[in-house]
Amino acid sequence: MFRKKSPPITEAWRGMTFTRRAMLVGGGQMVIGGALAARMAYISIIDNDHYVLESESNRVNLTLVPPRRGWIVDRRGKALANNRVSLRIDLIPDRLHDKELVLGQLRTLLRLDGDAMERINRDLKAASGFQPVAVAEDLSEADYASILVRLPDLPGVAPQRGFARNYPTGAAVGHLIGYVGAPTAEEYQAANKDPLYITPGFRVGKDGLEKYFQPMLRGEPGAKRVEVTARGKVVRELDTTEDKQGKTVHLTIDADLQEYVARRMGRESGAAVVIDCDNGDILSFVSMPSFDPNSFSDGISSSEYSWLRADDHQPLINKATRGLYPPGSTLKPMAAIAAVEHGVDPSERHTCIGGYRLGSRFFRCLGTHGSVDMATAIMKSCNSYFYWLAHRLGYDAFAPTAKMLGLGEEFQLAGSNQRYGTIPDSAWKMRKYDQAWSASDSLNAIIGQGYVSVNPLQLAVMAARIASGRKLYPRLVNRQFRNDPLPYSADAFAVARHGMDLVVNGPGGTAGRSRLPLDGIAMAGKTGTAQVRGLNTGNGKSGSWRFRDHGLFVCFAPVDKPKYAAGIVIEHGMGGSRAAAPVAKDFMTFLYDREKAMEALESFEAGWGGTIKERMDRDYAAWKTGASSDPDPDIPQ
Amino acid sequence: MIPVPAAVQRFPWKLIAILSSIAGFGLLVLYSAAGGSWSPWALQQGVRFLVFLTVALVIGRFNLKIFEDFAYIGYIGVLVLLFAVELLGFVGGGSQRWLNLGFMNLQPSELMKVAVVIALARFYAQLPPGSTRTWTALWPALVMIGLPAALVMLQPDLGTALAICIGGVIVMFCAGLPFWWFGSTAAAGVAALPILFSFLHDYQQKRVLIFLDPESDPLGAGYHISQSKIAIGSGGIGGKGFLNGSQSHLDYLPEGHTDFIFATMAEEWGLIGGLVLLGLFFLLLRWSTRVALNARTRFGQLAAAGLTMTIFFYIAINLMMVMGLAPVVGIPLPLFSYGGSSMLTIMTCVGIVLAIENDTKKAGGRFR
Repeated sequence: MFRKKSPPITEAWRGMTFTRRAMLVGGGQMVIGGALAARMAYISIIDNDHYVLESESNRVNLTLVPPRRGWIVDRRGKALANNRVSLRIDLIPDRLHDKELVLGQLRTLLRLDGDAMERINRDLKAASGFQPVAVAEDLSEADYASILVRLPDLPGVAPQRGFARNYPTGAAVGHLIGYVGAPTAEEYQAANKDPLYITPGFRVGKDGLEKYFQPMLRGEPGAKRVEVTARGKVVRELDTTEDKQGKTVHLTIDADLQEYVARRMGRESGAAVVIDCDNGDILSFVSMPSFDPNSFSDGISSSEYSWLRADDHQPLINKATRGLYPPGSTLKPMAAIAAVEHGVDPSERHTCIGGYRLGSRFFRCLGTHGSVDMATAIMKSCNSYFYWLAHRLGYDAFAPTAKMLGLGEEFQLAGSNQRYGTIPDSAWKMRKYDQAWSASDSLNAIIGQGYVSVNPLQLAVMAARIASGRKLYPRLVNRQFRNDPLPYSADAFAVARHGMDLVVNGPGGTAGRSRLPLDGIAMAGKTGTAQVRGLNTGNGKSGSWRFRDHGLFVCFAPVDKPKYAAGIVIEHGMGGSRAAAPVAKDFMTFLYDREKAMEALESFEAGWGGTIKERMDRDYAAWKTGASSDPDPDIPQ
Repeated sequence: MIPVPAAVQRFPWKLIAILSSIAGFGLLVLYSAAGGSWSPWALQQGVRFLVFLTVALVIGRFNLKIFEDFAYIGYIGVLVLLFAVELLGFVGGGSQRWLNLGFMNLQPSELMKVAVVIALARFYAQLPPGSTRTWTALWPALVMIGLPAALVMLQPDLGTALAICIGGVIVMFCAGLPFWWFGSTAAAGVAALPILFSFLHDYQQKRVLIFLDPESDPLGAGYHISQSKIAIGSGGIGGKGFLNGSQSHLDYLPEGHTDFIFATMAEEWGLIGGLVLLGLFFLLLRWSTRVALNARTRFGQLAAAGLTMTIFFYIAINLMMVMGLAPVVGIPLPLFSYGGSSMLTIMTCVGIVLAIENDTKKAGGRFR
């Protein structure tokens, strides 16, 4: 290393060196001090805006207030779905640090049962990040307060004072309205990560009308700006924007009738649809047994859900549009119209000898009716007469009329998911099975068996179209349809309606026991009994519930000036006149004389063991304790 | 005009005013940091300041000769204490920095910052001028700095180890050791930085890395620096006003009453408060630098210069840390942050510098 020859070092030199170097150090310190001052000025002047913003976003926490959901009301404005105040406790997974401890505390404080804990754990596993998980809703003030006071010791727990969906008539509207639930992770993604979707208490429609009208019912969220500490504790509220409630959806449903029909179905499994013959309004849309949409909206427990799934009466299936049944004899008025249109004289008589011989096969009738004309054949539900018509005209003459009356049709109906069944003809069979249509196919189809299948909504539409003579389109909301007159002669309608009148009011009609107990108002109808097992195997009147015949009934009232039409299916009810027609009789009575109808209902319900809710609660409790529910309901009549 | 007694005149009123201004401002900030309350910090800190101010004034009355005479003994005593802490930590299974004396926790590494400066000043004061550029001038100093620095690093306390080194090195520098020794050592140090880095503990390494890129971990270890910058930056020129700092009051700023107290202050008092505080520190350092320049003895010169650097190092590292210019090393802001150890060190420094000033005054000027 290069080194200069140094001068001799003296005390004086050392003193000068010290002064120089000490001043150098002092100067260096001042430079650093100046740099620090400059740095601070830079942060607090140049970057001030940026840091003010960050400081504000630290301090202020924007909380969305879920909007109150719009009501769903019936034709008179009566609520089918509304909101009620709900005190709720949620968990925020990301803030939940000691899950076991917090869940244990909540379990004790809120007395949660195993079901609820299971559901919470399941939801927690599925939840993503800040997606809240409902712990309990509808808490009492006392329980809510007990959580509030312990909040500092329960990180991740979020109490909320909000609104919950409420269905005043519970199970009666389950399949009509659907239900709501907390949005799933997929729905959150689909909504472009709208923060509202991860806000506790926010619900989206999951099924039925709730889902279909979701955009209308949703509303606009409010916002609450609160000052929070770094640990998320709220210091004070800054300002609040009110939420905007969702719009009200007006349905054509008659809430009272809807509830009455649902209750009147009793312990049976089935569906009933009532339609206004003036405009196609659906007044009642019932499928029973049903689930209670209130349970779903609160987050259903897995045990309750498996109870619903285990029930062989299938409460989770909307039978009004998703249930397909052989319509049986309910198609005979339709067949009469088609026959008249094809030139058959309604007064022409055929002699029933207890059946009809087609080649080597003998097609049975339920009785031996002797000489019958068209109206009488409808009244007595004489198969022989219609076998004779089917053999003579071929089913291709009937299928277009069946379709024109709404059978096999998929309707544009808000929120419904339909299975629309089959109205077969020769082209259909060729397409489907690559086989020629046979005469025996016609005979089976004419009595609503064989390939024919329809849903209860279609039956109701058929009844309404026969009653009104117009192509009524069923509707749940006020949409305009043309409802043109049907292209059939007055004579054809007259004979079908007359036959249906006789079924209830004539001498020896199949539904004679279901005559309306009213002065001046009569009901016309047609019973149907659909065999569940193949033709001519077993009698369908006894044995295990699963193999019993379905009972069907289509009807309208009053006979002279039709106002209401309906289609009813009672699964395994053993016969239309026995199971379905009496239901129609009572709800038709209800439309004209509520007191009389309620009397009848109350005496039935006393026999069945209470209202729908009471029975469901009891069945669920029994199921939970291990006793399986009675699969073989008694027929009340 | 009322005659002022000589004893009162001898009081260093200017110095007391500077110290009290800094500490008083600190008390206001502590009062605010506690949410507008004298407890738990401000009151205790105030009492502590008065006690230590008295201690400093008493130390200032001591004859400078005493410090010179006891320089080595004091240094060795503190070194033994450092060993003792290290051993206790080893026995106790974990790192320990303090000794429990019953009435207080003594942190020997704090004392070492002062002791190393005094001992080196004594060493160079005794060194014959002719030996200044010889090996004799170097190796004892390196051992005297290296030993305690290594012990403190083991604790591990990077900040204090650096403070010990800086204080010692500045004494060596002022003693007139060849300039190129420092230049080449600094160059070698920069070259050896990666190796030194590997000696650091994981959390220390992480802090350094996060200092280099704070955005990489905004909610983790970078949180301190980010929140501190938010507090200072959102204060603006005039600040948010006394008791209105949201960053500190809502707990976003960690350590808002100790290491990051400057950020707490800047949020409420703004740039103006920061410049006032920097000005007060400037006055303090100007005073002690002047004492160094005017000191009568060589020991006084070197000791005052070294102690000035020790005080400056605290201030500079702390401010760089809170402004995001240095890694988070855990060094408090002298006289301002809540805490006893650092105040004890600083007041001891101030006391000794005061003793040097008095020594010079008594003799009526510089020795030259």
